Amino acid sequence: MSVAPAEVDLPETEQETAPDLPWVTIVWNDPVNLMSYVTYVFQTVFGYAKPKAEKLMLDVHHKGRAVVSSGAREAMERDAETLHGYGLWATISHDS
Amino acid sequence: MGHDQPRLVTDGGQDPDEGASLEELMGGFRRARGGATARFGAAQAAIIRDLIGQVIELLGEPGDPEGEAEDLPVDGSVDADDLAAMVGLTENAKLSDDPVVARLLPDAYEGNAEAADEFRRYTEQGLRTGKVATARTVLATLPPGGGRVRLAEPEAQAWLRALNDVRLMLGVSLEVTDDFDDQVSDMSPDDPRAPYVGVYQWLAYIQDTLVRSLS
Repeated sequence: MSVAPAEVDLPETEQETAPDLPWVTIVWNDPVNLMSYVTYVFQTVFGYAKPKAEKLMLDVHHKGRAVVSSGAREAMERDAETLHGYGLWATISHDS
Repeated sequence: MGHDQPRLVTDGGQDPDEGASLEELMGGFRRARGGATARFGAAQAAIIRDLIGQVIELLGEPGDPEGEAEDLPVDGSVDADDLAAMVGLTENAKLSDDPVVARLLPDAYEGNAEAADEFRRYTEQGLRTGKVATARTVLATLPPGGGRVRLAEPEAQAWLRALNDVRLMLGVSLEVTDDFDDQVSDMSPDDPRAPYVGVYQWLAYIQDTLVRSLS
């Protein structure tokens, strides 16, 4: 990790990490993953109750994607890493 | 860099056992004390073990900690890539050109290659190691000649993930889409994909029975 310079002129551009905007983890539809398995993964990874996990799974299936978690960027990266471990297609982005 | 079509063992997908029970013919898991159990015929076990081996082959290199450790020079000199691998980093991490590997280790950022590569640098080796470990759990618990498989819950979860990786590998190769079932019903028996389709659908059934055994 690098050390920040003692003093810098911050450009007046939009900062990438606006603190009030949470990051989200998105799961994308995939023709291979089974509906029962995706529901199981949402229950196991996030501790969601079955009805919520099923609703998210159906959102993924019908709408092509669903936001499955939100919060700090680091937490979303951990979620995406875990979901990749289960073979789900997950990405991270800024909520907007 | 292309990718090879997954190879299929050629001794057929049918369980040769005569007089087998329905469970033995279809295979499939059911709940058992503390986990799940299933019986696999010899040909079924051979197919699963072969496909699992292909996942290990795809993901085991590069940055396999076991392989790296053996390759370390005796004089103790280590290059930057070796060092990076030892601490779990993947240097020059990029989305793979191989569509199967790219599906198993996808980008975590859409339209932001820099963030995607940085995420990959920190996560790819761990993901590869984890997927290889789940695949090896299947090899360790599935007798090569087939037979009864009894899985404690952690092993059953490893099976779920490993079967999913195998299905992703086959799914990418077969170019599975949402209307795949319609395509299959129109597929000629001479289509070179036909034997893989049967295996792909059978593995979906096996994975589904395992999910339901754990839910």
